Amino acid sequence: MKKFDKERVLLAVAGPAIALVVAVLLTSGVLLASGKSPFEPYAIMLEQVGFADIQVLIVNAAAGYYIAALAVAIGFRMNLFNIGVEGQYRLAAMVTAVVGAKVALPAAVQLPLLILVAALTGAFWAGIAGVLKVTRGVSEVVATIMLNSIATAVIGYFTLPSLFGVQQGNNKTTGEMHESGWFPSIDLGAAGELYGFVFVAVALGIAYWVVLNRTRFGFDLRATGASESAAAASGVNAKRMVLTAMLLSGAIAGLAGLPTLLNDTHTYSLSFPSSLGFTAIGIALLGRGSPVGIAFAALLWAFLDKASAELDYRGYDTEIAVIMQGLIVIAVVVSYEAVGRWGLRRQQQRVGKELAAGHVLGASGKGTSGPSGPSDNGNQKEVAGR
Amino acid sequence: MRRMPRITQRCTRTAVAVAALALLATGCGGTSSGGSGEDKGMALAYDIGGEGDQSFNDAAYAGLEQARKEFGYEGTAVEPKDGESDADKVQRLKQLAKQGYDPVVGIGFIYANATKEAAEAYPDTTFGIVDDSTVKAKNVAALVFNEEQGSYLAGVAAAKATKSKTVGFVGGVDVPLIHKFEAGFAQGVKDTDPKVKVITQYLTETAEEGGFSSPDKGKAAAEAQIENGADVIYQAAGLSGQGVIEAAAKEKKWAIGVDSDQYKQKALSAYKAYILTSATKDVGGAVFSLAESVEDGKPLSGEQRFSLKEGGVGVTESNPEFGKVPGLKEAVAKAKEDIIAGKIKVATTP
Repeated sequence: MKKFDKERVLLAVAGPAIALVVAVLLTSGVLLASGKSPFEPYAIMLEQVGFADIQVLIVNAAAGYYIAALAVAIGFRMNLFNIGVEGQYRLAAMVTAVVGAKVALPAAVQLPLLILVAALTGAFWAGIAGVLKVTRGVSEVVATIMLNSIATAVIGYFTLPSLFGVQQGNNKTTGEMHESGWFPSIDLGAAGELYGFVFVAVALGIAYWVVLNRTRFGFDLRATGASESAAAASGVNAKRMVLTAMLLSGAIAGLAGLPTLLNDTHTYSLSFPSSLGFTAIGIALLGRGSPVGIAFAALLWAFLDKASAELDYRGYDTEIAVIMQGLIVIAVVVSYEAVGRWGLRRQQQRVGKELAAGHVLGASGKGTSGPSGPSDNGNQKEVAGR
Repeated sequence: MRRMPRITQRCTRTAVAVAALALLATGCGGTSSGGSGEDKGMALAYDIGGEGDQSFNDAAYAGLEQARKEFGYEGTAVEPKDGESDADKVQRLKQLAKQGYDPVVGIGFIYANATKEAAEAYPDTTFGIVDDSTVKAKNVAALVFNEEQGSYLAGVAAAKATKSKTVGFVGGVDVPLIHKFEAGFAQGVKDTDPKVKVITQYLTETAEEGGFSSPDKGKAAAEAQIENGADVIYQAAGLSGQGVIEAAAKEKKWAIGVDSDQYKQKALSAYKAYILTSATKDVGGAVFSLAESVEDGKPLSGEQRFSLKEGGVGVTESNPEFGKVPGLKEAVAKAKEDIIAGKIKVATTP
């Protein structure tokens, strides 16, 4: 049993590690091809991590990435591809900003209210795709992409000056939110302010792990993702699971814009960051759907974003970081597939060896798992690996 | 991966992650400061689209080039990232100030909040912001334009040139800034000839969807307007405007350029015969005047308005056809006089 775990850790780490190495090598290749030093940009970027203000920027940015990636990862677990995180978080941020500007309650009530509004808005928007899938069989990929566009139009409509829009100079905003709805930040002096919402992001990661791995709901979710028919045979209502997963994914997506909104801008405007939802897909892939893996992936992404800004002033282009992010995503997909196959082959070989050595199947399972022990493990791994 | 014996190990890992975060939170290490102290000249922080948009950002770049020539420094211009946040913009402006660039100019109102924050952190550096006057600080110069005045003149020209009594307006993105162009244009048309109809079309709702950077979208919009009878089309759509001009030239209809004199642009030379005029907005001149004031030791501060009076906005007459349309030149000159004299008030919202 112990040995088996090591194997798993190896397989889990090998995927991202190989992907990163490949991405770095390819980026170096790009640098070489353009006649620049293939190593110096990394040195410059790593040097940036030593600065406290850059650290704060990285952690702040990672909070939004992390929450959005968790939303994507929940879908992955269920074999659902929620591409709509983009529309869900932007719509939720806009609605939250409007509520925050119109409602003024004490902070103890206001903050939970705003977070709830964001989650419900995100869930509602994702729920449309969920209902369409469950009742009409519409692919959630198509539905959520369409909903992204519709979200943009809806935001445009709601931010009209005749509705909730407030024009500030040439910017279209939703007006400043009441101060009771500002999430507390930690002032670090010259290094800047650490978003308090970072801790909410961490809490969400823990909750994600507990719900998926320690509740019946989580088991049903993973089981349905692994095999819908098998889950249905064991009494899981697959349709309900699809809808619930979509709602949950949307609710988390709704929170992704809050670190920026509640800790920084306090209004939804034309300069509100976009494309977080698409970035999150790459991060969730790299993190393999595990809360710890996603945290590392989110930090890596934020590091590439923030540390690369310095490159512009040292004779390199910031876009190197973007190239690297793109390469990581491609490399991740390829390397996970390769590592997965390699792992499967190793497992088969081992089972073959054990059989050849004359072991009776299950004898090593301390008598509890019976003759079907190894294949059982295989199934569980399949479920866990999603 | 998820079985019982692993709980403790997992918890430890989570704990380590939290601890690492806490460590970061205490802010180990200094900040990325260390200003070089030397004066590196003007720095531009571009708006979405960046260099090569043939429009807004390039106009600002012309100002930087002029400053390079006259003051002999290198200066710099930095591009934004797609979908970035205010925090990224603050980081960019602060970094530029830190390196010794002066003035640091945010191209576009999108830099408003960032300019405010950076100006507080670097009180000895002069900051400029184009298209925004909401930031009030001693070391911030707000470079704003009366786009509606130039657009009014474009409207007068369009009303004089149209034969079908229908003219078109194509806006890049449906935002307040572009509404000023539409408002001025429509008023200019109506004041000149109340019978002329104005068809208005915005390409996209947000800049991310490419309203300022998709010539194909501009082309499609212009084709639709021509089909509906428009024979003069004014565009305020950045790079997308090239599509509008192309479509109009193909159908032998008039197009009106924007921001810079598009009759003289190389990329559009094939269609220039059909560019009746351009409503200019001298971003380059404004940016240069800020650089000049810093160089002279008397940095501009507060709102700097560039209107018809100062030549900050206007219409061009480089196309010989401009003078051949009966009554056009006279009508435009008259309107210009009236606006400068305050006899005509141009609205900023449609």
